[in-house]
Amino acid sequence: MSESMSVTPASAGATSLNPTAEITGASILLDKVSKRYPGQAGAAVDGLTMEIPAGKIVMLVGPSGCGKTTTLKMINRLIEPTEGRIVLDGDDVTGIDGDALRRRIGYVIQAGGLFPHMTVATNIAIVPKMLGWSKERVAARVDELLELVSLDPEQYRDRFPRELSGGQQQRVGVARALAADPPVLLMDEPFGAVDPITRVRLQDELISIQKELQKTIVCVTHDFDEAVKLGDWIAIFTEGAQLVQYDTPARILAEPANEFVENFIGAGAGLKQLTLTRVNEVALQPAVTASPGDLTSDVLSRLDQEGHDHAVVIDGRNRPLQWLSRRQLARLERIGDDRDPRLPLIGERATLNDALDIMLVSSVGAALVTGGRDSFRGVIDVETVMEAMSQAHARARTSHAEGRPVGINTGALTALPAPDDAPDDDRPLHAAGRGTAGE
Amino acid sequence: MSELVGAPAETVAQGRTAGAGPVTGARGAADPLTVSTGRGWRPLLLQLAGILLAVGALVAWLLTTQLTETERITLNPASLLVYTREHLALTLLSAAIVLLLAIPLGILLTRRPFRRLAGPVLAVVNIGQSAPAIGIVVLLAAWLGFGFRAAVTALVVYALLPVLRNTMVGIGQVDDRLVEAGRGMGMSAAAVLFRVELPLAVPIMLAGIRTALVLLVGTAALSTFINGGGLGILITTGVNLNLTRVLVAGAVSVALLALLVDWVGRVVELLARPKGLT
Repeated sequence: MSESMSVTPASAGATSLNPTAEITGASILLDKVSKRYPGQAGAAVDGLTMEIPAGKIVMLVGPSGCGKTTTLKMINRLIEPTEGRIVLDGDDVTGIDGDALRRRIGYVIQAGGLFPHMTVATNIAIVPKMLGWSKERVAARVDELLELVSLDPEQYRDRFPRELSGGQQQRVGVARALAADPPVLLMDEPFGAVDPITRVRLQDELISIQKELQKTIVCVTHDFDEAVKLGDWIAIFTEGAQLVQYDTPARILAEPANEFVENFIGAGAGLKQLTLTRVNEVALQPAVTASPGDLTSDVLSRLDQEGHDHAVVIDGRNRPLQWLSRRQLARLERIGDDRDPRLPLIGERATLNDALDIMLVSSVGAALVTGGRDSFRGVIDVETVMEAMSQAHARARTSHAEGRPVGINTGALTALPAPDDAPDDDRPLHAAGRGTAGE
Repeated sequence: MSELVGAPAETVAQGRTAGAGPVTGARGAADPLTVSTGRGWRPLLLQLAGILLAVGALVAWLLTTQLTETERITLNPASLLVYTREHLALTLLSAAIVLLLAIPLGILLTRRPFRRLAGPVLAVVNIGQSAPAIGIVVLLAAWLGFGFRAAVTALVVYALLPVLRNTMVGIGQVDDRLVEAGRGMGMSAAAVLFRVELPLAVPIMLAGIRTALVLLVGTAALSTFINGGGLGILITTGVNLNLTRVLVAGAVSVALLALLVDWVGRVVELLARPKGLT
């Protein structure tokens, strides 16, 4: 609990460091792609058409064996599609040399997939060397990437993978995939093999790296919460890579396409919604503030004026020190300058979920929101969260998800049109999958 | 038949762990490389010391014991050197041929198009291993004529299996995900073979090669039956003429040579083991 008292995601501030981050990713189009294995009745992937927008993270989720990994591996043609086209940034890459294609696409697998007999630096340098980079350029790039994934180059460059922890190996795996600065990154259950705490940290780091680099990332996971956390778009698959729903996390949570999606989301869709909104996106309550040394009688009269029950004591740099109730104030003559270590603080970049967590354990049932340099911004309470949730829910229901990428199955089974909840949305989108999938 | 020929159990275990390295990677291990190297060298030094001691004892025994006239002629130092050289030539030439045949064949049989053939090929090679060595030696001599060539051929047939088998097992135990990671990065199939699969298979392959060498040293003693030369002549002479000391000297020399070859093999294994493996 104490850890989440000061939640400031690793992503915080990344945008300000690089406010003009350009999209370096490339768009991907799977055009009526199918994969059939000889001797198997059903297709592993059946007539899938899917658009993956440049610079976005698209999460492919679904139960095991649903074909999401096959779909991923067809993008870099580790698995050759039986039919259909793969279009990368407008170029049809279905027919080009597979090895050359794969050198242009980063690939991250579970546990990093590092080669145990090569050092960290050698592992990262594989693709740049294949592309014929000079030694100096490769060495500089290795150090740059190690820093990007928060590993000290001096310390880690010459280590062997088994001298690293699971999380560190996974970081090196990401660095290796980014080595030649590919526009597209494919990740196959990248954080499946690390412990939950490390996983959260790696996810936060990926978000912040993505803020900076703006690659196109396609990521397979079976963890829906991970999909909600990382994804700009989530594609939910059922058997045969039937695309059941392809939409933003908010809309999938608010409007699951069918029972299958509902079951897949699992319990607590409302709570998961909370992870989608950040504290600085909701309207905060104002508060009566006081400084150390103020007379409590003055503060109490100001509380009466505003109709508040609590006053926030802030220091000279606007950082909250204490949060005093009327009763506590009445016992004092002047306000002290000591800092209450149990103050319910929440960073403004934290999610509403984290904020709620803090509120529930605070004696006041609310939390103090802090911004840059821990300066006080306002108060968030349960009503604020409820309000924000119902608004977000309403917005998700009525919005037409502007710019929603295309995702349909054109296989024979799913050609049935189904009614769409957004009548003015003229594209077929995810609707086609609804008629048959998951039933 | 055992899954793995010749490699001691710990080698297999180490190979597996190495393959799964990224999953179970040691955290903050101080410097396991030097530690494991230190552990590796001590038994080797002991083995060498033991062998040298035994050689010394054999020489001392030959110098001090009362030899009959026939024994002295048979066991004179010049002839002993010739026999040893012949024995080594038989062993090393057949070993070289075995490596040239078995390693490429083993690699080929782990490639996707040829994987189906692995079973039948192993079955055939297995015949060479399981048939009595003396039978093969004599049968091949009946076919190829007596002499060095027939002996080498018989030895090759006999020692093919451990190298072939361990090449296949060594490559097979490389984590599939590493192969996939390599292909996924755009390495060609050949690059993955030479830069990932073979380096990671080296420890197990070397264990197979060492086993083959030791087998060869022992079996080369039989080539004397078809006039192929080697230390075996001391043993047959000892038996035929009832010269116990010649028999003992021959048998002990073959055994010591085998141990020495085994030692060299272990040293090579230690040196050639890729860094970064446990």
